[in-house]
Amino acid sequence: MERSRRRFLKILGISTLGIGTISSVDLLAMVGKGEEPAYTPEPDALVGKRWALVVDVKKLDEETTQKAIEACNRAHNIPHFEDEEEIKWIWTDEYEHVFPGQEATYLPEEIEKKPFLLLCNHCANPPCVRVCPTQATWQRADGIVMMDQHRCIGCRYCMAGCPFGARSFNWKDAMNTYWKEHEPPNPTYPVRGKGVVEKCTLCAERLAEGKIPACVEAVQDSKAIVFGDLEDPNSEVRQLLREHFAIRRKPELGTSPNVYYIV
Amino acid sequence: MLETALKGSKKYWLLLLVLVVLHGIGASAFLYQLKKGLTVTGMSRDVSWGIYIAQFTFLVGVAASAVMVVLPYYLHNVKEFGKITILGEFLAVAAVSMCLMFILVDLGKPMRMLNVILHPTPNSVLFWDMIVLNGYLFLNIVIGWVVLSAERKEIPPPKWIKPFIYVSIPWAVSIHTVTAFLYAGLPGRHFWLTAIMAARFLASAFAAGPALLILLCLIVRKVSKFDPGKEAIQKVSKIVLYAMIVSIFFVVLELFTAFYSQIPWHMQGFVYNFVGLHGKSNLVPWSWAFAIMAVIATLMLLVPAIRHNEKTLAVACALVFISLWIEKGVTLVITGFIPNPFETITQYVPTVPELAITVGVWATGFLVLTILYKVAVSVKEEIGA
Ligand code: SF4
Ligand code: SF4
Ligand code: SF4
Repeated sequence: MERSRRRFLKILGISTLGIGTISSVDLLAMVGKGEEPAYTPEPDALVGKRWALVVDVKKLDEETTQKAIEACNRAHNIPHFEDEEEIKWIWTDEYEHVFPGQEATYLPEEIEKKPFLLLCNHCANPPCVRVCPTQATWQRADGIVMMDQHRCIGCRYCMAGCPFGARSFNWKDAMNTYWKEHEPPNPTYPVRGKGVVEKCTLCAERLAEGKIPACVEAVQDSKAIVFGDLEDPNSEVRQLLREHFAIRRKPELGTSPNVYYIV
Repeated sequence: MLETALKGSKKYWLLLLVLVVLHGIGASAFLYQLKKGLTVTGMSRDVSWGIYIAQFTFLVGVAASAVMVVLPYYLHNVKEFGKITILGEFLAVAAVSMCLMFILVDLGKPMRMLNVILHPTPNSVLFWDMIVLNGYLFLNIVIGWVVLSAERKEIPPPKWIKPFIYVSIPWAVSIHTVTAFLYAGLPGRHFWLTAIMAARFLASAFAAGPALLILLCLIVRKVSKFDPGKEAIQKVSKIVLYAMIVSIFFVVLELFTAFYSQIPWHMQGFVYNFVGLHGKSNLVPWSWAFAIMAVIATLMLLVPAIRHNEKTLAVACALVFISLWIEKGVTLVITGFIPNPFETITQYVPTVPELAITVGVWATGFLVLTILYKVAVSVKEEIGA
């Protein structure tokens, strides 16, 4: 197994070498001239001011939710530990756990048992970012709350800070456990080592290539999850929110989630 | 001065040996944890901080409590404390060292620790905690050492040390306030989200720390020729009593707000602690042990005859220390994660390696404490204090 791990690292190394060397040289040149290394998105990248997701719960069923979760797991090499050390970026739960405190005593059965999709809310006022002592988790101008696993010291303060249970910690080394027993990870996305926190990044790496998030794409036909820019009044998400009554998780905590649920 | 730590009785060396062995066991468990990851602990996705951070929280209080002898001595000229300020300061040094070690063993990537300095982040309470803790460590080492050196030469301490001493007083309060802010400012962690968290922390610290100091003074008197003084011990015992009463009062305030308002979020943590929630009740025996011991200790301290008798005083102080250790070093941190954000319950039980590391850090702290106290006591014996 050690061999296949090395092979994987080699592939990863070769594929990133080309891009890596160029950009670091450029970067050095820029720093030498005393300029800020400015970031220009690729021409076809998706750019927005406040990215959001609208989940239409009526359109969710076992199959669609599984498709969305699978797509994320595959795109981001998320190991599937089935214990209290599980790692999950997107998952399902029932209404009463998703919206604690808002439970109506007699819920329509259809809502009560529905699988709700949960993921990081990319809060506009994110407590996880506020508490992180290293800026390993930070908020981009377009609202995405990002994670840098190479800077994270694994203090898990952000996990205590997130009121939505959106963050997972790598308690064990997935490379030497999970990926040994399963098909090799997808080489286009890094595998995290032990001791760091991770979570949904709203597929920042896909947006940079002009693609919509993997989970949204996977259920595109059903339109169960819609992705778009809240600041754009003509966006699909704004239109959905205009036409439907939608709720957010724990709005009373003031984090201002950017994931909406049409129930 | 350090050379005085190299001459000691058989018992002294035996104690050091025991502590070194415990340190070794902890260190090997830590190496094992480094290799395997924090999976070797009982922590989980839901209860993501455990006994390490709980010990850290408790020990910050012990460290801060040095102020309870330093302040009366330097600001109010309470002469009796002159002999024991050094014991308070050295206790603070040992306690802060333990705090820093507990943070270190809790990190998923300890080798990246310096990222906190490389990427300073003023909006993070943890960043400030690191600054105040290291600053406090520095202050107490310098103050303790300089004052003790002067004492050895039987001259008054240099004037330049005074500002450091005055700064150390509010600084002590700051370390525990900032540590309380780690918890009290998190949305969605209802058990911690209380405005009196810092006040509670300080009150319980000013009971637990001085209680330990009394026990240490009694031990020092037994094993050396240095007598910290009956008067000093009696004065400290009153501090323990008042702080204990205030601590219990604060807990009652929390209980009132929670149970009179009947807001579920406010009640859940206490319900989990004292009777169990949804059939989960790991901490129930601990919580009752805390409550019962705290009340007994307070009642004991209230009776002058018990307080004046050093044997019974020692028992009361031990009860104070253990009960508050349970409150802060066991229940408070863990209950913050129960129930989790989905209103379900994952319980937490520390594992053997985790306990070994915990004992190892305590032993290392007591190693530092023993050596520092040996130096202090030797100097006191030398000058015949
Ligand atoms: S859901 Fe949690 S992790 Fe995501 S931005 Fe909000 S607070 Fe941070
Ligand atoms: S675990 Fe990592 S991302 Fe989370 S607060 Fe600590 S350093 Fe920041
Ligand atoms: S947006 Fe991307 S990263 Fe987030 S849950 Fe969906 S697929 Fe995963």
